[in-house]
Amino acid sequence: MQAIRTLSLDAAPAAPGLARLVAAAEAEVGGLPPDDDIPLYAPRRKIYPQSVHGLFRKIKWVVLVVTLGIYYLLPFVRWDRGPSAPAQAVLIDFPSRRFYFFFIEIWPQEVYYLTGLLILAAMALFLMNAVAGRVWCGYLCPQTVWTDLFFSIERLIEGDRREHMQRDGRKWTAETWARKGVKHFVWLMIAWWTGGAWVLYFADAPTLVKDLATGQAPFVAYAWIGILTVTTYTLAGHMREQVCLYMCPWPRIQAALTDEYALNVTYRYDRGEPRCSVKKAEQLRAHNAPAGDCVDCLQCVHVCPTGIDIRGGANLGCIQCGLCIDACDTVMAKLGRATGLIAYDTDLNIKQRIEGKQPFFKPVRMRTMLYAAVIAVAGGIMIYTLATRDGEGISVIHDRNPMYVRMSDGALRNGYTIRIVNKQLKYRDFIISVDGLPSTLIDFVGMPPRSDGRQVVSVGPDRTQEVRVVVTDYSATPPAPSTTILFKLIDAASGETAEMRDHFFGP
Amino acid sequence: MAEDHKEIDKLTGTATTGHDWDGINELNTPLPRWWLWTFYLTIVWAIGYWVVYPAWPLLTNSTQGVLGYHTRSAVVEDVNELKLLRGPMMDKLSSASLDEIVGSPQLLDFARAQGRVAFSDNCAPCHGAGGGGTRGYPNLNDDDWLWGGKLADINQTIRHGARSGDDKGHQGNMPAFGRDNILKPNEISAVADFVRTLSGLSAEAGANLALGKKVFADNCALCHGAEGKGNRELGAPNLTDKIWLYAADKQTIMQGIQNGRGGVMPAWEGRLSEPVIKALTVYVYTFGGGEK
Repeated sequence: MQAIRTLSLDAAPAAPGLARLVAAAEAEVGGLPPDDDIPLYAPRRKIYPQSVHGLFRKIKWVVLVVTLGIYYLLPFVRWDRGPSAPAQAVLIDFPSRRFYFFFIEIWPQEVYYLTGLLILAAMALFLMNAVAGRVWCGYLCPQTVWTDLFFSIERLIEGDRREHMQRDGRKWTAETWARKGVKHFVWLMIAWWTGGAWVLYFADAPTLVKDLATGQAPFVAYAWIGILTVTTYTLAGHMREQVCLYMCPWPRIQAALTDEYALNVTYRYDRGEPRCSVKKAEQLRAHNAPAGDCVDCLQCVHVCPTGIDIRGGANLGCIQCGLCIDACDTVMAKLGRATGLIAYDTDLNIKQRIEGKQPFFKPVRMRTMLYAAVIAVAGGIMIYTLATRDGEGISVIHDRNPMYVRMSDGALRNGYTIRIVNKQLKYRDFIISVDGLPSTLIDFVGMPPRSDGRQVVSVGPDRTQEVRVVVTDYSATPPAPSTTILFKLIDAASGETAEMRDHFFGP
Repeated sequence: MAEDHKEIDKLTGTATTGHDWDGINELNTPLPRWWLWTFYLTIVWAIGYWVVYPAWPLLTNSTQGVLGYHTRSAVVEDVNELKLLRGPMMDKLSSASLDEIVGSPQLLDFARAQGRVAFSDNCAPCHGAGGGGTRGYPNLNDDDWLWGGKLADINQTIRHGARSGDDKGHQGNMPAFGRDNILKPNEISAVADFVRTLSGLSAEAGANLALGKKVFADNCALCHGAEGKGNRELGAPNLTDKIWLYAADKQTIMQGIQNGRGGVMPAWEGRLSEPVIKALTVYVYTFGGGEK
């Protein structure tokens, strides 16, 4: 309430609806002393959002079906990778430490791609925000999508806003209890399915479903289903708009990131004010007095999933889902007035119109171009590195103790542990050689050379292989305390190479 | 007291404690119900815990709990589980010969992993973490072996040790030629110079190499061989190579001749299990210096 009061003082001319809102709120509380004695605490009011039809509702349905469809069904999509890798399109395989995404396979040491994804996600969020406000909050955020689903189930079972409120207001009958029971049961079922789908991303989905059904699945799977069931049921069924208002950091960040050019769900008060009934508007207009298009029907408030009044202006509680646009357009159409009293617009445009200037929309700005550029650069780097990354690798660890060994004939020897990485999904033979010393011999411990004298290490598909090698220097001149040497890995069949620098130590 | 001053705060409608600091009232807000119920639940949980798990200390013991849970038996269970898990590979390790282990990449990996841990626990204090050795304790990475560097030789040395008191252990000492008055100081100095020349090191100026050669033939060649190439039966080091167990300087060589040498390697048979000794053998063998 304090926040609204402050806002109303600053933005009173911009949003005349606010003054009314504050007055109404004060009247509700019951003649409390004004200004600094306004209570800081307001209890939660239960929100009964009314059903609504229109363009944005349709968009929200489509987004809901698509996003939930992806979430619930994606684990079952198959992707053939041959016999040496799982056939699940999207799989986070913790036991084998691999992440599979269709044609991409990520090894643990490539988790830095996650950084790239996070940069892309953040910049995409910023870009959406700079162009059209809280698109994420209104349409895409899981909290919004699941809450929307839970609302629609609630309306299906307990009736639309009016019926639901009336039944809740009366003494609860057996029917009330029954309806609520069914609702919570369906909610829990959806929440349970949500948790069930979650664990399928971490194991072979069809097998895990079978194991879950027969009680054979690991305990951790059941535990996660339980956790996700509870969180989904609580967040989407009970906490709803409280998550957006009090828990989520994004509204705060968003408020700091937005500017006057970003489209927002906006009540065009230049057209709506002063509010009056249709009849009164006719009278006023007949006398050439100003009369707004807003008939104060409160439809925009009743459909709002966070229970705010968009006519109060830009608002932290507004997730910009556009449902009030649909509600208002429906009313305006019925009244035969132009739609768009509430629309995606900017305060700047309202001022433009008041001043008789042309409204404009400027999506190409320094800010949006910068976000797009960062997205392009980060995305480009990711695609480039993904496309050009090596299918093989070598890492070398020099023995720590002893640093070098003097052989009986005076030669010097250094020991190394080499790990060969084969990221391709087939068996490969690698030849390892060492460069940088005049006269060296490389021995593979426990691995005799092939009959042709070449030392070949065979590495399984999508595997690494550790080998211990000792490098002996027979050169007559004593080597320096440290000589840089180069281990070379060559695929015997394809000739692909990988290199790793290390050192050869002497006394 | 609170009842006496049951004042209601106008703004919140909540009772106050009656305390007043410069016009600021303290609200007497009850704990949230969910918090209280959670608190009561933890009490109930605790009582259940006392019944089920070991809980209350008694004079000499503690209440045992109806589940019979015990941290020690839990550890034993875990260890047994681990043994069961390792069972098949350990069985293979027990039944395979040393050559078979080295010949099979899978067994070799397993043996080296087992050996690494056993080496760190038992051998590293003398031989160093990577078997690099130190003065008096042989470097296990090089190709110079006092008692032989074949798989069977290494196995034998680990099993029974050297000068360990084990009947089957390696025997043989470097006598204290000086202390026991077998050689005179000038003879010791001469033979030390001569020994250095065996591996191509320089002798001191004015050294009596002829005397050294004679002393060596009379006293040292018995164990170290006429050419100084050593004798693995007795653990007598090869004196012609570039590797020195103690050091190559004349002073150290003379100390050895004066007081004798006889480093001890303990016998590990009976202290380590059969497969672990095998794993250690293979691990040491694959440091890089193992002989075919």
